[in-house]
Amino acid sequence: MNDRLTKWIGPALLALVALSGLYLVFMLYVSGQTVVAGVGLFVVALMVYVYTAPGAYSYRYLFPGVAGALIFVVFPMVYTIAIGFTNYSSKNLLEFDRATKYLLEETYQTEGQTFATTIHREGSEYRLKLDNEDVALSFVTTPLALKKAERVVVQATPTGSAEVALGEPLELRDIIPLRNMLKEVIVKLPDGLELTMSGLREFAPVKKLYSKNPDGSLTNVQTGQIIKPNFKTGFYETAQGDQLAPGFKVGIGFDNFRRVLGDESIQQPFLRIFAWNVTFSFMSVLLTAAVGMFLAVLLNWEAIAGRNMYRTFLFLPYAVPGFISILVFKGLFNNNFGEINLILDQLIGFKPPWFSDPTLAKVMILIVNTWLGYPYMMVLCQGLIKSIPADLYEASALAGAGPLTNFFKITMPLILKPLMPLLISSFAFNFNNFVLISLLTNGRPDFLDTKIPAGETDILVSYTYRIAFGDSGQQFGLAAAISTVIFVMVAILSIINLRLTKVNQQEAR
Amino acid sequence: MAIVLDKSHRWRVVAAHLGLIAFISLCMFPFLMILSISLRPGNFAVGSLIPAQISLEHWKLALGISYQAEDGSLITPPFPVLLWLWNSIKIALISAFIAVLLSTTAAYAFARMKFRGKKHWMTALLLMQMFPTVLALIAIFSIFDYLGSYVKWLGVDSHWALILAYAGGIALHVWTIKGYYDTIPVEIEEAAVVDGATHWQAFKYVLLPMAKPILMVVFLLAFIGAIIEYPVASVLLHQEANLTLAVGSKLFLYEQKYLWGDFAAAAILSGLPITIVFLLSQRWMVGGLTAGGVKG
Repeated sequence: MNDRLTKWIGPALLALVALSGLYLVFMLYVSGQTVVAGVGLFVVALMVYVYTAPGAYSYRYLFPGVAGALIFVVFPMVYTIAIGFTNYSSKNLLEFDRATKYLLEETYQTEGQTFATTIHREGSEYRLKLDNEDVALSFVTTPLALKKAERVVVQATPTGSAEVALGEPLELRDIIPLRNMLKEVIVKLPDGLELTMSGLREFAPVKKLYSKNPDGSLTNVQTGQIIKPNFKTGFYETAQGDQLAPGFKVGIGFDNFRRVLGDESIQQPFLRIFAWNVTFSFMSVLLTAAVGMFLAVLLNWEAIAGRNMYRTFLFLPYAVPGFISILVFKGLFNNNFGEINLILDQLIGFKPPWFSDPTLAKVMILIVNTWLGYPYMMVLCQGLIKSIPADLYEASALAGAGPLTNFFKITMPLILKPLMPLLISSFAFNFNNFVLISLLTNGRPDFLDTKIPAGETDILVSYTYRIAFGDSGQQFGLAAAISTVIFVMVAILSIINLRLTKVNQQEAR
Repeated sequence: MAIVLDKSHRWRVVAAHLGLIAFISLCMFPFLMILSISLRPGNFAVGSLIPAQISLEHWKLALGISYQAEDGSLITPPFPVLLWLWNSIKIALISAFIAVLLSTTAAYAFARMKFRGKKHWMTALLLMQMFPTVLALIAIFSIFDYLGSYVKWLGVDSHWALILAYAGGIALHVWTIKGYYDTIPVEIEEAAVVDGATHWQAFKYVLLPMAKPILMVVFLLAFIGAIIEYPVASVLLHQEANLTLAVGSKLFLYEQKYLWGDFAAAAILSGLPITIVFLLSQRWMVGGLTAGGVKG
């Protein structure tokens, strides 16, 4: 019995996951995300194949991990690159279909004919009574709950035909809490006319603002103007070229990349940020490696007692969560209230403006990053130094060499080679060290002469982040294009790194 | 090693000790400072580095306790630090659990099975690891923003979105676990298979119990990785009650609302346990740092 049960658990689980996957795919397809839905369908199909075909047995173990990595790591990266070729931004946020639907749902209230409206309680529900004095018509609706602000269409019948005993109309102060719900109510009169709220005690007829033409253009019913979708700019446009919000997402080819490389107002800060980005990562690697290597050599010296205790303390900066230590430094370096400036003020009578002077800000970033990064380098170097054969030092001691000669002629040359791939990884890591820049300076102080906000201490990723999520209007497309440029640079670094690692491994054999 | 020691040797040892002590005190300065600030009354420096009078006001606020100020007004905690800590721990626990679940089986396939393109898959995983998630933030935001319009608990500002976004970063864990599997002799599982066990049973009842230590280490690494992650969380979480520590902590230090003392207490309160967990995981993972990648 138990055996039979366990036999069914696997297939049942598979069926369940597959079905929910298919449901998600269907939802995506219905909402017009054909490409994403296609990818999803492929993943589901692959899953079913892997877990049912006997030939794919080893992939059953592989599938969950690889699928997770593909969906949540690779797909976002590919999608980012794809966004780089669109005009996706806060102005062009919607898909074309949804932008069209949005416009087609726009309404306007026709003038003149208004209906004085009173609201009457009936149990826990409400009825609306609408009177038009001009034509001496009066209507009453079916009961409404008015609990949620959701669009409802309600029928109204002439007051005479239905025998409804209406209570006293609600006072104004009782209507006000219902206002949000009432705004969503559409009253449909017997002749098909639709009314919506136009004042607290007034309903008026509404009409759809746009009507769709067979050629895809829309006609503004109120003014008679015709608007056409422009798939180059991603907007509906009038004949004069005026753009109507909301815009929609369209592919714009290499335009974002052209802006990065050609548009003076973006290219200038981009190049300056790039230069600082490279300097920053290079200096970070150099400083952390120098300090770390020096400490490793020192701690390898057997004459020093209590080396383990020293090592524990020296390792500590690495163990503290980065976001906390960076913020601690942000506070300690603060121009006016920081403790570092308090000490400096007492010692030299001067408070360096760490956050407003570009050069000082950069120096501060390098100090903090060295503090954060040297323990990692120290541990790496310690491991590598241990593998150097001791007889090399014995031979050099016989030849009468001092510690400096030992370091420069034996230790450094021998550990530099295996260290190289790790230094490049460290360079790549610092090249994208978003957390440090974002939490410490957030790129500030800003350049004064740029159209899109950019800072002296911004590196490319933090600049991208500011373009996409910061103070310059969510220009996702442009930010994604810059991300793509960074992708290429990281890829080049990775390839160099893999080559170096391979060469090292081959030599080690 | 060298037996003949000249006189300068002794001075060099003393100099090395002094140098190390000086360097360590410089490096420990931020930690001591932050402790002093957390115990100092008020949020601004008052001229001395060591507080003249110990005050627990910042610690009270960090623990979510209101107190009465000297002028009689009630001071309430500026931010829900404990709630943020709980959010961080919750998200990190679940995502670490998923990461271990996904990577153990994948590592098993890489360590024990033969299939086409195995080497390429391994290299691909390593390459994937080199591209930081920061670069894909726009897509991550847009995907979850979109998902949220259909499935509310998967949208922006939900913890499940963040957990899913973290769960995919398993490349490094697969490599670590595979390395450990490789050190376990395959003969033990083969013996189990000879006795009639299936592949799955050999994996579940023979290999997994032996791999417990590495699974623990990977779990801790994934846990810490999720706790200290900032970029993705800063894009996906917005409401104050939803934030994780990594995103919330910076709210203390806005130029307009500078809560330095309150921050200090909150930083120690939340940083200390994470640091201890990290040090423990490092101790368990002998020599693992060389393979351990970089810190965020």
